[in-house]
Amino acid sequence: MLMAFWHLFTGFFKIGMFTVGGGYAMLPLMQQEIAKYGWITPAEFIDMIAIAEMTPGAIAVNTATFAGFRTAGVLGAILATASLALPSLLIIVPLSNFWEVHRDHPILKAIFSGVKPAVAGLIGAAAIYIAETAFLYDPLLAKKDGFPVDLRSLLIAGAVFAAVRKLKFDPIKAIIISAVVGLVVFGF
Amino acid sequence: MQPKKRKKQATATLRELFVAWFKIGLFTFGGGYAMLPLIEREVIDKKGWTDKEEILSIYALAQSVPGVIAANTSIILGNRLAGVRGAVVAAAGVMAPSLLVIMAIASYFDYIMKSVYVLQAFSGIRAAVVGLVAAAAVRIALASLKDKPAYAIALTAFVLSAFTEIHAIVIILGGALAGFLVYYFGAKGRAED
Repeated sequence: MLMAFWHLFTGFFKIGMFTVGGGYAMLPLMQQEIAKYGWITPAEFIDMIAIAEMTPGAIAVNTATFAGFRTAGVLGAILATASLALPSLLIIVPLSNFWEVHRDHPILKAIFSGVKPAVAGLIGAAAIYIAETAFLYDPLLAKKDGFPVDLRSLLIAGAVFAAVRKLKFDPIKAIIISAVVGLVVFGF
Repeated sequence: MQPKKRKKQATATLRELFVAWFKIGLFTFGGGYAMLPLIEREVIDKKGWTDKEEILSIYALAQSVPGVIAANTSIILGNRLAGVRGAVVAAAGVMAPSLLVIMAIASYFDYIMKSVYVLQAFSGIRAAVVGLVAAAAVRIALASLKDKPAYAIALTAFVLSAFTEIHAIVIILGGALAGFLVYYFGAKGRAED
C-alpha cells in the first residue's frame, strides 16, 4: 500500500512537472504513467476523459482524482491531486514574486504589451474550438441527421452570450439555468 | 458615500480566497479558458483582485509554466494576495470541487454515464459554455487591443492557434518577442530620432 502511495506521488508529480499548457497536453504523459502503474484500465482512461470533460474542474485534476481514488481511495485521490499541483507551487511562487517586483521595468512592460494581445488571440481560437466541440461533437446531439448544428444549442449559446454581455448576467446562474433548459428542450 | 469607481483594495482573507476559487472550480466545465468568464466575475468584478487587462499577463504566465492552467492561475493570484499560504489555499479551493465530484461519480460511474437526463443537462451546459467563452473573448479583445501592433499580434496568434498545431507557449513567446521589438526597441528608436 505504501508503494502504491509512492507511485501515485511520483507519477503525478512528474505529470505536473513536465507538461506545460495544461489540459490535453497532459494526457499523453498521463497515459504513459497509467500504463506503467496500472492505476486504471485503458478503457476506463477513455471513459475518464469523457467524464472529466463533463464535470466541473480542470481535466487533468479530474483524471488524477479518478486514478488516485480507484487505486487507493479517498487518500489516494487527495495525494494524486496534491502531487499534480505541487510542481506548480514550487515553480510559480518564486517566479510570480519576481514578476510582481519587476513588472514596471520598461523591458518587462514591453514584453507583456506583446504577450497580452497574443493571449487575446489564443482565447479567440479557444472560443472557436469550444464552439466546434459543443456544436458538432455533442454525444447526445451529434448522432442526429440533418442540419449539422442543433438549433436548440445555438439558441442557448446565443441567449447566454447576450445575457452575459448585455445584462452582466452571473455565469454561474447561466450554467445552472442552461442545465435545466437542456434537460427540458433536449428531451423532445 | 464613496465614489463609485474607487478601486477595491487588493487584499483577501484565506477563507475568501478558498471560497472564490472553490466557486470557480465548481462551475468550470472543460477547464482552461472555460474558467475565464467565472474568473472575471468572481476575481475581477466582485473582488477586484486584478483587472481585465492584467489577467491576460497572469494567464500567459500560467500557461507558460508547467502544470494545470486553472491551478497555476489560482496560485499566482493567491500568492500575490496572501503569500505562499494564499497560493496553497487558492489551489486547494480550485481543485476541491474536482475531488468531491469525481469521487462521487467514480462510485456510480456506469449508472451516471447511461442516464439520458444527465446527457441532456450537459448538452445545455456545453452550449452555455460556448456563449460564456465567446462573451469573454469579446470583452478581452476590447480591453487589450489598443493599437495597430496589438491588432497584428492578436490576429497572428489567433490564426496560428486556430489553423496550425503550434503550441500556445511558442505563440506566447512570439508575442513576447514582438512586444519587446515593437514597444521597447521601437519606442527607443523613435526617441533617438
